[in-house]
Formats: sequence, C-alpha cells, structure tokens
Amino acid sequence: MKTKKSIPQVIWAYIKGNPIVVMMVLLSLIVGCTIPNFFSLTNLNVLLGNTTIRFLIALGVSGCLITKGTDLSAGRQAALAATLTGVLVQRADYVGRLFSWTPEMNMWVVLLIVLAVGTIIGLVTGVIISYLNVPPFIATLGIQTIVYGINLIYTNAQPIGGFSQSFKDFFNWKFLSIGKFAGFSGYILFALFFGVLFWFLYNKTVHGKYMYAIGGNENAAEVSGVNVRVKKTTIYMIAGFMYAFAGFLMTGKSGGASASMGVSYELEAIAGCTIGGVSTTGGIGTVGGILVGVLVFELLKIILQFVGADPNFNYIVQGLVVITAVAMDIRKYVAKK
Amino acid sequence: MSEYRLEMRGVCKSFPGVKALDHAQLCLRPGKVHALMGENGAGKSTLMKCMFGIYKMDEGEIIYEGQKVNIRSPLEAREMGISMVHQELQPIPARTVGENIFLGRYPMKKLLGVIPVVDHDKMYKDTDELLKKVRMNFDSRQMLGELSVSQMQSVEIAKAVASNCKVLILDEPTSSLTANEVEALFRIIEDLKADGVSIVYISHKMDEILRISDEVTIMRDGKYIGTWDAKELTTDFIISQMVGRELTNLYPERHNVPEETVFEVENFTSINPKSFRNVSFGVRKGEILGVAGLVGAQRTELMEGLFGIRSHTTGTIRYRGKECTINRPKDAIDQGIAMLTEDRRATGILGVLSVADNISVASLKKYLTGGIMIDDKKVENLVQENVRKMNIKTPSSKTQIQSLSGGNQQKVLIGRWLANSPDVLILDEPTRGIDVGAKYEIYCIIEELARAGKSIIMISSEMAELIGMSDRIMVMCDGRVTGFIDGKDATQENIMELATQFAAV
Repeated sequence: MKTKKSIPQVIWAYIKGNPIVVMMVLLSLIVGCTIPNFFSLTNLNVLLGNTTIRFLIALGVSGCLITKGTDLSAGRQAALAATLTGVLVQRADYVGRLFSWTPEMNMWVVLLIVLAVGTIIGLVTGVIISYLNVPPFIATLGIQTIVYGINLIYTNAQPIGGFSQSFKDFFNWKFLSIGKFAGFSGYILFALFFGVLFWFLYNKTVHGKYMYAIGGNENAAEVSGVNVRVKKTTIYMIAGFMYAFAGFLMTGKSGGASASMGVSYELEAIAGCTIGGVSTTGGIGTVGGILVGVLVFELLKIILQFVGADPNFNYIVQGLVVITAVAMDIRKYVAKK
Repeated sequence: MSEYRLEMRGVCKSFPGVKALDHAQLCLRPGKVHALMGENGAGKSTLMKCMFGIYKMDEGEIIYEGQKVNIRSPLEAREMGISMVHQELQPIPARTVGENIFLGRYPMKKLLGVIPVVDHDKMYKDTDELLKKVRMNFDSRQMLGELSVSQMQSVEIAKAVASNCKVLILDEPTSSLTANEVEALFRIIEDLKADGVSIVYISHKMDEILRISDEVTIMRDGKYIGTWDAKELTTDFIISQMVGRELTNLYPERHNVPEETVFEVENFTSINPKSFRNVSFGVRKGEILGVAGLVGAQRTELMEGLFGIRSHTTGTIRYRGKECTINRPKDAIDQGIAMLTEDRRATGILGVLSVADNISVASLKKYLTGGIMIDDKKVENLVQENVRKMNIKTPSSKTQIQSLSGGNQQKVLIGRWLANSPDVLILDEPTRGIDVGAKYEIYCIIEELARAGKSIIMISSEMAELIGMSDRIMVMCDGRVTGFIDGKDATQENIMELATQFAAV
C-alpha cells in the first residue's frame, strides 16, 4: 500500500494539514506587497529575535506537552532568570546595584548560575508532578505564582539596569551586515543551536524515544521498563533550563530586566507548539513543527503591528488563532473514526 | 412481510486504503441467535457499526421489518429497537447502576409543576425491574465501579434491552466472563429469544457458537461467505471457511523439553489482603507453565506483582538460585524477565507511535552508537527481522501501531520483548481477541521459544488453549495456588475442580 507521492500531492497534503501556516504565509505576502518596509532585513531581524526567545521556551514546554503535561510557569521562570541575569551582570560601579556584596561577574559564569537555578526549579516542578502526583496544570500554576512572588520580593519590584560592558557588547554583536543593514543579532544563532540539539535529543536518543513513549501510553511505557517518574522529572528540568536560557537572552536583548517580563510567554509557547502540530493528546510533536508554529505566531504579531492594529487587539486575535489551531488538530483525530 | 426482521444486503464500506466491506450481507430472523463469524479484520465489527449507525455505508441497503431504512446515528438505531453491547464496555464507574442504564434518557418529572428534574425513584424502580429481567439481583443504587466486570456486562445488556429492543448485537460478550457467568448470560439470551428478539452474536469461541446460535454467517476479508444452519456445522468447517483454507491442527506439536527449574517464587504475598497470597511455584527451563483460574483468582495480579507492576509484602523470587529484588518493571527486565500484559490497549501498545518505536522501546539501549545516538538502521533491522519471523502484516515500520489488527499488534509486542532476549516470559492472555489464524501463529512462536530454552508462564481463560499448550498447569483460586496438573492429564473437569476449591463464586 506504500505509494510514492508526487511533489504537488505532498504540497497539497501540507496545505490541507496546516491551514493556519498557509493562511499566515498568504497574509504576510499581502501585507508585504501593500505596506512598504515589511519585507526588509531589519524587520526580519526583529522577527527572528522575537522568535528566538519564544522558540527556546517552546522547546522547553514541548517535552511537557508531548508527555501529556503542560507548564504554565514558563513565562515567570524566564522572568526570574532575566532578573537574576540582570542583577548578576550589573557593573561594579553602578549605583543602584542590588547585590552590592558580589564581585562583578563574567557573563558566562552568570549564565551558568542562571541555568543552574532554572534547572533546580524544573527539578522541584518535576518532583511535585512525578512523586507527589499533582496534575501538571495545578503544579505549574502553583510554581508560576511562587516564582513570581520570589521575583518581586528579591528585586523589590524594581527594574534592573546598569549592565557590564562585556554583556552589552555581546548582545550588540551582529553578523551578515549588508549595505545599510547592520546585520542579524548574534543571539539568533542560539535558536539554531538549540533547534539542532533538540532535534537530536527527540529523534536520536533514548531520552527522546522514552518521552514519546510516555506520551503515547504512560502505563505501557512503565511496563516496558521506562522509569516514568525519573524521565518526567528530567523533562521538567530540561524545560526549566530552557526557560532560564531564554530569560538570559531576554535581559540581553532588551538591555534591562524586571519581574513583570515574560507575562503569558508560556501561553504563546504552548500556542506555537500546538500550531506546529504538537498534539494535545500526547505522543506527537516535532522540533521543525514547533519552530514553524512559533514563527507563525510571531509573524502574526508583526503583521498586526504593521497594519496598525491597536496592540490590545493582538490578544484577541492570538486567542482565536490558538483555539482554531487546537480545534483543527483535534479534528484530524476525530475525522479518522 | 418478509421472514426476516432485518436484512443488510450488498453493504460496501471503504476506509482510506482499505475496502473493509465488500458486498457484505446479513439476514436476521425474529427470535433467533445469529452468530457472525470471521477472523479479526474480516469486517464483522464494521458491518455492525453500519447497522448501528456509527458508520455510513458507501453502498447497500438495510431492510428493517419490511421497510428500507436509513440509520444515521446510534440514537436512531436505538429508537428503532436496535441495541448493541460493545466489545469494550463504556461504563461510568463513579455513577450508580441506574444512572448508567438510563444515561441520556433519564425519566423526568416536573418539580412544582414547571421545573424539569430527573425522577430518581422511577429510574431506580425501572432499573430494578430490568435487572430482574436479566436475572441479576444487585442494588440499582450501587456504584457501577464496585461491580465485577461480568456484573458490569449484565448492566450493559440490561441497558441495551431497556428500550423495547428488537435486535440486539452482542460483540464478544464473553471475553471477560467466567464459565458460570457465561451460563448466566446464555440464560438471559434464551429469555430474550423467547421474547422474539433477534440476536447477533459475535465471538471467537467455537463451543459457544455451536451451543447458542441458530444460524451462522461467516465473513472473510469483508465479503459474505455464506449462511448456514448452526446444527449442520462443525468447528473444523467453520474455521476452514473463516480462514479460507484447511487448518489441520489448532495447536502446534510441541517438541520443547523441560529441564531444571530456573525460576522460583516462594511465599509471594500482595500488599492487598484480598489479592494473591502465599504463592509458591517454580518454572523449568524450556517449560510452558499454564496458569488457570476463574476471573478474580488474581492470576494477573500475581504476575504483575512478579513483574513489579504491583507491590508485594513478602516473598522471594529466585532466578537460577540467585535472589532478585523486583520493585518495578525495569528491575524485572534487567533480570531477564518479560511480560506481555493482558490489556493490550491499556498497558501494551503506544498507540500513536510507529511500529518501529513500539518494537524497540524496551531494548533501546542496544541500538546506541557512541553511547548516545540511536542507530535507526539497527532498529529497522529489528523490525524487519520480526516482520519476517512472525509474519507481521504492516504497511511499513513507520505505520502507527493502532492501525494494525489485534493479532499483528500482539506480534509486535511479542517482538518488543524478544528483542531483550529474556529467559522468562510471562504471557497474560496472549491470544485474547485474536483470530484463529493468528492464534495458531502465536502458539507456534510460544512453542519455539520454549524449545529455545525459555521458561514460559502463560495465563489463559481458554481451557482448551491451556490444555493444548501447557507442560504443566498451575491452578489458582481466590488468590491462592490450589494445585498443579500435568499437561497430559489435564481436563476441563480437574482444572475446574481446583479453580473452584474455595467456592468463592
């Protein structure tokens, strides 16, 4: 029954399977042809920059989704990492320095500390879910508010600035400058790096196979010798690591940090994953799909901005897109009956 | 008026890539039991789903009580008097028996003359009457979850006959029943027959078919093969019609030679006082040990305890004289034990994942290169080797396992365990819900494994299968081992005697 499909058939199948992606591409073509500067390298850089951060968070949350869990604390965790990064990379001579007792630190040491903290929060989340059997929705909702509280308390709810020169320099580094275009922001390369890493992790390692197995049928995975508790905990640790990395980039990218950053980033990440074909019923999802999903979502935001829509309308449009995406995803399975 | 209550003629139904029904036919007379037979994938369930309005036919017609009808949904079917008891029960355990039966059509009354509310008193009274009709005397206000599987089945039947039913479809009704419960079911069927109900009876169990049915229709590959009077039929004839060839033996000849005892269990007791207790037994190298018992004898629980899925308090497990600690499946797997679980869907297949992922999941570490990367070629080799050895029918290794037939799913799962080359294999109902042809193939695989020196423990509820395949049979009753019978001396009678020793039923 295996038949080779012709290229047009493959394209048509993709169009049918991913109507939202197709719609977004068409929409951006229309916007691009009618509004000048939409198709510009500068705009592309903005798009990729925004996408990078959401993509890293989405990669983190994808493991939770594929194992039929979720993580509502992603945005707040990223914000904690962002402020922590900000606090630790403050110049020694900066007047408003929060941790005045610490020496001025190398930004890579800061990154390691931030990642360690993120991973530990993930460990706590994972233990609560796997060993205390709290449903992921509730567990991560709790972590979300706890992390936000911690973030507000230790930063005194104040914005953080005055970063070291080396930190600023790193985030100002650009590549591929063409003519007037100054080049792409260097940190975009992290998206590429983690994309490849996660593709490898999900497709080529025991960890990835076990993750899909747990999502496919948790009991069967346990019977097949998968230590489901340990594996799930690991997945939430990896997620915490990714949020922390995204938080580090958020601080560098915006040149400042505060506890109010990252609001609803988890929802955008979950939305991106879903648009990209991560199934809400578990066991299905690819890294390429997640990237496309996040890109589409960010593209939508930029389109709305370019057509001059009231930014507050963004929320409504984004909400509708997410619901449509999930409804269509579910339809694929319902239709097969 | 025709002599039939319901006729389905020329029914065709295609799914993407498969023609599930190809001019299928079924004619039911009032007050008769009509057995519908065929291998898995022959289209029995699909045909029933067309009758019940779950699927829409591509071609063909249904004539019901002399009139051509178009059944568009289960609701319409039920209103016409067609009811179906599904193979997989769909109970709501946290609600009462009465609520389960009247789900979706609760008797209503008006509160204060205006507000419509559920009339609970009437509902429970009607339920009691219905239960009496199916000869069950349990409380209609009991939670469904507190009942045994067979009692739930009775509730399903009560539910089906509740609404003035004229055609009743029973899809594998006895697959989880004990012998006594089967008898009870047959009495209910006789009652319904006397009331003039036409019954469609789908089952793989030959003895039941020949006993209970009046007529038999056989299907193969979605096609209608023929309808016969049940009295004229023999098991051999039915099987040859179903398979399309002669099957000379139901069980392969066994050449395995049991050697020394390698796997020993001593004084094994569950943490649940009602479950298995003080169980001791041994299995030899190259031996097939059958495990018999009625539903509720705790056979599955015992085996899941040995495999680390359930917890135990006391007891030792020894493999080749060495004591093993097993607290979770992984520990058992590391000791060279494998277990094919009873419920394929709940604890076996990873539904949405591919055949390749399913077959390799328990042995992934064997396919690593450089200690971290899974070599897809090695996995593909594993799949191909199993496909060849066990004759697994799958379009490709990337096919989702849930789209294969039950028999092929089972073979993939056996392949999953064999990939670990275990020494002890626990097989819990290895042929449940699998058609005759595939059953034979699975028996051959089991025999081959025993011949290769593996120790096999096989739970089965089919006596004939146990007697036909076991070197020794261990019988359990009420969580305890009540005796061992040599395979050569085993009969239905001496097994039943041990299986009912504590008169728990």
